[in-house]
Amino acid sequence: MSRIGVAFDKARADGRAVLVGCMPAGFPTVEGSIAAMTAMVEAGVDVIEVEIPYSDPVMDGPVIQKASDIALAGGVRTADTLRIIEAVAATGAPVVTMTYWNPIEQYGVDAFARDLAAAGGTGLITPDLIPDEAGEWLAASEAHGLDRTFLVSPSSTDARLTMTVGHCRGFVYATAIMGVTGARSQTSEAAPVLVSRLREVSDLPVGVGLGVGTGAQAATVAGYADAVIVGSALVRCVLDAPDQAAGLTALRALSAELAEGVRNPAR
Amino acid sequence: MSTDAAAPAGQLPDAAGHFGRFGGRFVPEALVAALDELDAAYRKAMTDESFLAEFDALLRDYAGAPSLLYEARRLSAQIGARVLLKREDLNHTGAHKVRNVLGQALLTKRMGKQRVIAETGAGQHGVATATAAALFDLECVVYMGEVDTERQALNVARMRMLGATVVPVTTGSRTLKDAMNEAMRDWVANVDSTHYLIGTAAGPHPFPEMVRDFVRGIGVEARQQCLDLTGGLPDAVAACVGGGSNALGIFHAFVPDTGVRLYGFEAGGEGVATGRHAASITGGSAGVLHGTRTYVLQNSDGQTIESHSISAGLDYPGVGPEHAWLHDSGRATYLPVDDDEAMAAFELLCRTEGIIPAIESSHALAGARTIAPQLAAELGREPVIVVNLSGRGDKDVHTAGAYFGILDKE
Repeated sequence: MSRIGVAFDKARADGRAVLVGCMPAGFPTVEGSIAAMTAMVEAGVDVIEVEIPYSDPVMDGPVIQKASDIALAGGVRTADTLRIIEAVAATGAPVVTMTYWNPIEQYGVDAFARDLAAAGGTGLITPDLIPDEAGEWLAASEAHGLDRTFLVSPSSTDARLTMTVGHCRGFVYATAIMGVTGARSQTSEAAPVLVSRLREVSDLPVGVGLGVGTGAQAATVAGYADAVIVGSALVRCVLDAPDQAAGLTALRALSAELAEGVRNPAR
Repeated sequence: MSTDAAAPAGQLPDAAGHFGRFGGRFVPEALVAALDELDAAYRKAMTDESFLAEFDALLRDYAGAPSLLYEARRLSAQIGARVLLKREDLNHTGAHKVRNVLGQALLTKRMGKQRVIAETGAGQHGVATATAAALFDLECVVYMGEVDTERQALNVARMRMLGATVVPVTTGSRTLKDAMNEAMRDWVANVDSTHYLIGTAAGPHPFPEMVRDFVRGIGVEARQQCLDLTGGLPDAVAACVGGGSNALGIFHAFVPDTGVRLYGFEAGGEGVATGRHAASITGGSAGVLHGTRTYVLQNSDGQTIESHSISAGLDYPGVGPEHAWLHDSGRATYLPVDDDEAMAAFELLCRTEGIIPAIESSHALAGARTIAPQLAAELGREPVIVVNLSGRGDKDVHTAGAYFGILDKE
């Protein structure tokens, strides 16, 4: 079983959801992103999602777009991302990688899978790669023992839900709303429906993301999902801070609030 | 029944939208249902006589099709080839793009959607979309890079006059690619009510195939017009290539005519060697951008590199996947034309024929000028070249005026 699987089993035994926290690699700098992710782990984030910055992130809202732009302007390379993953994995927390497809295709799909596994990464979340186009990744992830997280959406048909979750390993990512990343004031009504549809066709753990930014929202989502995935709200802590120390303080506070939320699922 | 829009069977792409190793769907799962819905509506329409009749009537009565094939004698004498201009610049809204938007607007109505969004570079596709939205009573939002809103202010005003909302995009390079990102984000959020009316033969399946079919009438018309005028097929067909819809539109009917050479002229900007260009096939490599696998301007990490061209409509770091395939298969030849060559051809057409071309189309004219002596030497006679004059240059008067230094100082 993958390290992600262990985290899900442990959380399930504790009657709570897993907290997944996302941060772009190299934002604001390579070292700064390692410090941020380490702080998140120390404050209670169970799984770190490292996003590879990309020039054209169509599933991301303004906060992660801006953070990705800062990382790329700072010169972060795909190879740096692997170094960051290795450093964060050393904290003991499982590290999953979120990436648009072109950076992986240019690195070489099998080469990336090999190097990701060597760095201690658990697998990939692929927001613009659907199983229909994923032949090379299916083979490479098998060869190197990596998890595959494809996305499902409220608009997915039953046939596509079944097909997509059938190609996932580790967990499946349910997008809570029709839209891009970014914290929102209200939690989704579509998400619990989507999760219950998934439960009917699979017993794979379900992570819910898009729009979650507070402890209360995390508690709500923890009431029906196996993992609560938070990105933009955490990124904003760093983006809005006047300096690194203030950013880490804000990041720890929000991480702790979210960790508290997933431990008090609304049922 | 007209069959201009119905491509012959048995051709690419395959059912999943692949042209060889190119094309496909690299999109968030949230869009798959909408793409499937669009695909079904499009395939049904292509075999529906009432749809095809309505589309043809609109093209004829509203857009002005078939556009003329005009023998440009004074230009021909200068170039050393018999040049036949496909006058898409005379279409309503001033470019070939009206054909695609009328087709997609009809489909939007058939799908029961009330809102269209579009990306635009030069503004020609935005104007065409705003036009169709007015005609079909659809809400219209156009995303346009902030850099482009500045260099194409006239088209911004035209879109607003037609009732569209123009949203300047301030992210990334603030040009066409970023407008496309923003339109995709809008579509993911509003896919139930909204059709994304993509303006070129790129993007996820079925867009490349569908857009091609809506514009392929250009080549069907030109082929017949050339036969009528000259008694034979041309030696070559030339078009400019940004995303590539006007080029595919004029190429597609000629693809089976293996004796007809197909030339796509990409925007060489300041020169491909300088790195400041928009020649995705000549100076790029295979990758994934905006939902499709094609040739992309990118660094070794797969990050998109900003494109550069004096022509806003060609200033895009990707190209439609069918062009990538036509390049790999050798059926079409893609060559760069730099800014200066394009502007020289722009001036030449103005002065010899009294036609002000779009700067985009000027790349095709410049390309024809380059290949004419080569073809003449090879054939041992004056070659016949059909050039797609894809748009008119009214929108470019400010850019061209500044380039030639002919604007009076205020």
